Amino acid sequence: MAGSPVSRRDLLSAGVVIGSTVALGNQPAEARSYSGEIPWTPGEANAPTPIKPGPFQYLTQDEVAFLDAAVSRLIPADDLGPGAKEAGVTTFLDRQLGGAFGKGSSWYMQGPWKKGEVTQGYQSRMSPAELYRASIKAVDAYCGGKFGGKKFSQLSADQQDEILSGLEKGDVKLEGADAESFFTMFLQNTVEGFFSDPLYGGNRDMAGWKLIGFPGARYDYRPYVKKHGEKLNLPPVGITGRPGWNSNT
Amino acid sequence: MKIFRYAALAATALTALTSAAYAADTSFHELERGKMLVNAGDCVSCHTVKGGTPFAGGRPIETPFGIIYSPNITPDPETGIGAWSDDAFYNAMHSGVDPKGERLYPAFPYPYFTKITRQDVKFMREYLNTLPPAKSSQAVSANNPNRMNDLTWPLNHRIFMRGWNMAFFEPGEFHPNKQKSGEWNRGAYLVEGAAHCGACHTPKNKLGGDETSHVLQGGNIQNWFAPQIAGDMRAGIGSWSANDIVEYLKTGRNKHSGATGMMAEVVTNSTSKLSDNDLHDIATYLKDVPGAAADAGSKPDQKVMAAGKAIFDDSCSACHQTDGQGVPHMFPPLVHNANVQSSDPSSVIRVILDGAQTVPTDARPTPSSMPAFNWKLSDDQTAAVANYVRNSWGNSAPAVSASQVADMRKQLQANIAQ
Amino acid sequence: MERKLPPVDVILVGFGWTAAILGQELTDAGLNVLALERGGWRDTSTDFAVTFAQDELRYMERKALFQEPARDTLTFRNSPSESALPMRHLGSFLPATGVGGAGIHWNGQTWRFLPSDFVAKSHNTQRYGALADGMTIQDWGVTYDELEPYYDKFEYLCGISGKAGNLNGKIQDGGNPFEGARKRDYPNPPLDMVYAPTLFEKAAAETGHKPFPCPAANMSRPYTNPLGVTLGPCTYCGFCEKFGCGNYSKSSPQTTILPVLMRKKNFELRTQCEVLRVNHDDVAKRATGVVYVDAQGEEWEQPAEIVVLCAFAQHNPWLMMLSDIGKRYDVQSGEGVVGKNYAYQIVSGVDVFFDDKIMNPFVGAGALGIGIDEYNGDNFDHGGLGFIGGGYLACWQTNGRPIEYHPTPKGTPKWGTKWKKAVAKNYLTSLSISTHGAVMSHRNNYLDLDPTYHDTHGRPLLRLTFDYTDNEHKMSDYLTDRAEEIAKAMNARDIYAKKRTGHYSIVPYQTTHNTGGAIMGTDPKSSVVNRYLQSWDLHNLFVMGACVFPQNPGYNPTGTVGALTYWAADAIKNQYLKKQGPLVQA
Repeated sequence: MAGSPVSRRDLLSAGVVIGSTVALGNQPAEARSYSGEIPWTPGEANAPTPIKPGPFQYLTQDEVAFLDAAVSRLIPADDLGPGAKEAGVTTFLDRQLGGAFGKGSSWYMQGPWKKGEVTQGYQSRMSPAELYRASIKAVDAYCGGKFGGKKFSQLSADQQDEILSGLEKGDVKLEGADAESFFTMFLQNTVEGFFSDPLYGGNRDMAGWKLIGFPGARYDYRPYVKKHGEKLNLPPVGITGRPGWNSNT
Repeated sequence: MKIFRYAALAATALTALTSAAYAADTSFHELERGKMLVNAGDCVSCHTVKGGTPFAGGRPIETPFGIIYSPNITPDPETGIGAWSDDAFYNAMHSGVDPKGERLYPAFPYPYFTKITRQDVKFMREYLNTLPPAKSSQAVSANNPNRMNDLTWPLNHRIFMRGWNMAFFEPGEFHPNKQKSGEWNRGAYLVEGAAHCGACHTPKNKLGGDETSHVLQGGNIQNWFAPQIAGDMRAGIGSWSANDIVEYLKTGRNKHSGATGMMAEVVTNSTSKLSDNDLHDIATYLKDVPGAAADAGSKPDQKVMAAGKAIFDDSCSACHQTDGQGVPHMFPPLVHNANVQSSDPSSVIRVILDGAQTVPTDARPTPSSMPAFNWKLSDDQTAAVANYVRNSWGNSAPAVSASQVADMRKQLQANIAQ
Repeated sequence: MERKLPPVDVILVGFGWTAAILGQELTDAGLNVLALERGGWRDTSTDFAVTFAQDELRYMERKALFQEPARDTLTFRNSPSESALPMRHLGSFLPATGVGGAGIHWNGQTWRFLPSDFVAKSHNTQRYGALADGMTIQDWGVTYDELEPYYDKFEYLCGISGKAGNLNGKIQDGGNPFEGARKRDYPNPPLDMVYAPTLFEKAAAETGHKPFPCPAANMSRPYTNPLGVTLGPCTYCGFCEKFGCGNYSKSSPQTTILPVLMRKKNFELRTQCEVLRVNHDDVAKRATGVVYVDAQGEEWEQPAEIVVLCAFAQHNPWLMMLSDIGKRYDVQSGEGVVGKNYAYQIVSGVDVFFDDKIMNPFVGAGALGIGIDEYNGDNFDHGGLGFIGGGYLACWQTNGRPIEYHPTPKGTPKWGTKWKKAVAKNYLTSLSISTHGAVMSHRNNYLDLDPTYHDTHGRPLLRLTFDYTDNEHKMSDYLTDRAEEIAKAMNARDIYAKKRTGHYSIVPYQTTHNTGGAIMGTDPKSSVVNRYLQSWDLHNLFVMGACVFPQNPGYNPTGTVGALTYWAADAIKNQYLKKQGPLVQA
């Protein structure tokens, strides 16, 4: 995968940020005035930054153990193919929680804080990273209490499912964290990690896309519009390519 | 109360006519002729720095030998050419010497301007005299023989130009070819003279002189390849009609291609301002220039072509279509495209890496732009897809290597770092 | 302390669809026009290029093109008796920020309202008697016939792909037979259709309806509009709505207007400049200009002869409140106008599952679909039904992006092995029928200023009080039932009708069709702007956008927003410039 180093001119160009990570938001740059032409500079692209594979950067070992186990229950490996763990969802979560998403930097995080109705949405003062950290700790503590000192990752699959259902329904109450909010976010993020572009660390080998037959980051389906009812069997491609792009494979 | 102010369009033509430098006996017709030739010569592009006062100089012009900064050619008497006599201006245009006898560098295309008649040069001077005089620094003053340049030795000494001129410069005004039509001759006068197309489109020898046996058969300039604009069907404009040529020069695009890179500026500042008649004359001449087939070169291997096809179908077809036909006037067709099939792949490689904007003009305002792929494709992948487009759908061109891509990448980064 | 800048003729607050249209029209009239946009410059090849636009996580989930609640949000409650709390994440609707506004990430579904929609109050009371208690719908003050040429102008600007249903009074086969009469057909033919909508088309026809291709701002072929700007053909990439278009084939300010407008010497755009308020002289009854803050936090006063509010729907009434323009609506007394009659859309769907029919859902475009209009507006007899209004039904195929789209039959668990198997089984072989219902205005649905929460500039947040009423629920249930009937005619394996139940929630995405708060009308006591979108209070202030809708009919709003903008531009050019003053006597 190629990547151009960020260049000085790119940074100075018309308000565009190079190689930004997810949730770049609209960071205040500099007020500018435009008249007489549409600005354009060669080589500019507000392209995403692929994660660098490697050790976990944000999650602790305990959190990794929990997440590996939990995502394996949410989307298990089976005869259809790899599950969330094999697809690298824990790595995905690690990079997300360690970045702008984890900080909740695009959210309105001013007080006062009140619980609110379900229709008023998320009202916790916890950022996603804080919510995960507090909740995972609390779930492990809950499991310890209920299952004789065991952490979530040490339980049987059935027991794990029981805990997860309890969180989902609100039957399991956590100390210091809102179980339902946590579960909703966690399930959503797991699905994201399973189906997002592999450049973000999940959907390894496009396992999620292969499961359902989604061809990925394509942009031209005109040859297929009229192929009503036909299975297309297009190999999935990510933003950073697929094996077929390399002549040595 | 006066309600509505209108931000006045720069009515420089009108205000300039009252400027002090304007000679009372110059007719409007002469000024129009001078203006046409100054437009054809695209003086404003080289003699204006981005964001700066038009014609006041200061633009860095890359040559293979370093950088030359254009001087101020507004009528300012101290730092521009306001105090030059008409003869002095003619000598600069015709012989490449300044009023003090110092030689000018051929980044200023005097080897082409030499063809312009003395009378036409006078008209150009008269038009330039109507511009608002602008003061510039000594670094770009037309009257400072030691003005700013950044050339490698020994070229940083103007005396060296004497030898160069002897080898590569033949002064002389244009002589019409009596066997050709009036249109052909007027076109030749413009192309070989003021419009100096060969300065980019004719290949150069190692010392920067024209390869006179390959006129208009394509040249490499500042890491672009200015394609052949002579008659080869594959690498040149042999498949273009005269109307296609006129449309391209006037609006920046036609059904075969769109102007981008350095040609974009030429369209905006020069050719789009010429009359239809002048453009037809140019087209008549160009259609008669003998072309040369591109080098056959080596063909890319099957694995590379397969990888290139995968990349193309996934990433390029959304604009250029899987059959390479593109959308005429919007996304250039790659089939039978001269840029794509030039032996020198510089333009192909850099357009893939950096993207390209098709020049917007009043007639065709949409600046349809190709995005940059530099962050997305490796050198191998860039070479693969370049090879694919150069050798598919009936196209044929020599193979591109990953190291050529790597070199271009370095060049483009170096440009940015300046 | 702000510094004063040299005056301009016109200020456009915000630079999305309405500002682009007005900028083009008013610069043509010789005025010098300044647009102030709080976000940054955005364009196709740099910000939503074909090389990286296909990123569901970044654009759909992390909402990279949309307004950030950290910088701008509102507070929400269902009813006046509750406490409003901030909308901390985006959910139900997705306003934009940056050049092009929501015109970049919309679907491109481009409709005309029905002639009866513009006189909803008189039409419905005449036919069905008194309105339900608390319903505050009003007539618009402009008619469909008056707007027809402006709908046409917007459709030709955009290059809408569609088929006319009513040409000068003659109903056309294959088009929408219920639409208002139009003078000429759409500028482009309908998009080529994928499989799923054709199945709906067949079942709808068999059950006695008249299906037609939905009008789309996705180009069915290359198109050059009357301004000379060219768009490319849509490639059905399935990354349309919520995303910018990478190959110039979706209509947006960038692809239809900006190439011409940005070249004009009498137009200037300033980005990263957020307008804080409009200054005004109440004795002269004129706006004098605006105050805006730049990215470094410095404030500037910008005087102008004309000020136009072109920010997104609810943002315009918010600016009026912050600037103390007009009389604010008070829910207790029912008096006042600024903030009144907020409305939205009520949507539902029926998922249909097959075993054997492959839909390829990822082959999609934002407005690719077949629709029926039998149940919209007053196209059917509402006698005895207990509601007024309606909506269209459509089988859209816009995308198959898997994070959002992985339909499972009713009763499927939301995770685990069964979920995974259901997702794998049904992804390629399902379709959905949507209903797109109107929302009538109600006295308890309104906008005002929040007493507790503030934005980054210290201004009180806008407070939204909104819930569906009985009218909406009954109507939506009715539409969902009709959709289910058509679904049943498709001989599917499984049908899952998902009615919209309970209170309106700000959490799940529904539509970005927020309307009202600065409504247009014939009487300053019950409207904020007159029929030319001119403020009743300050004659040189005009307000654009869906905030002028007195209630929201059963169609996407953008077509009408575009038409009203051209209509107002004409009034400014041909009437206001000749004689500055109120264009309608109160």
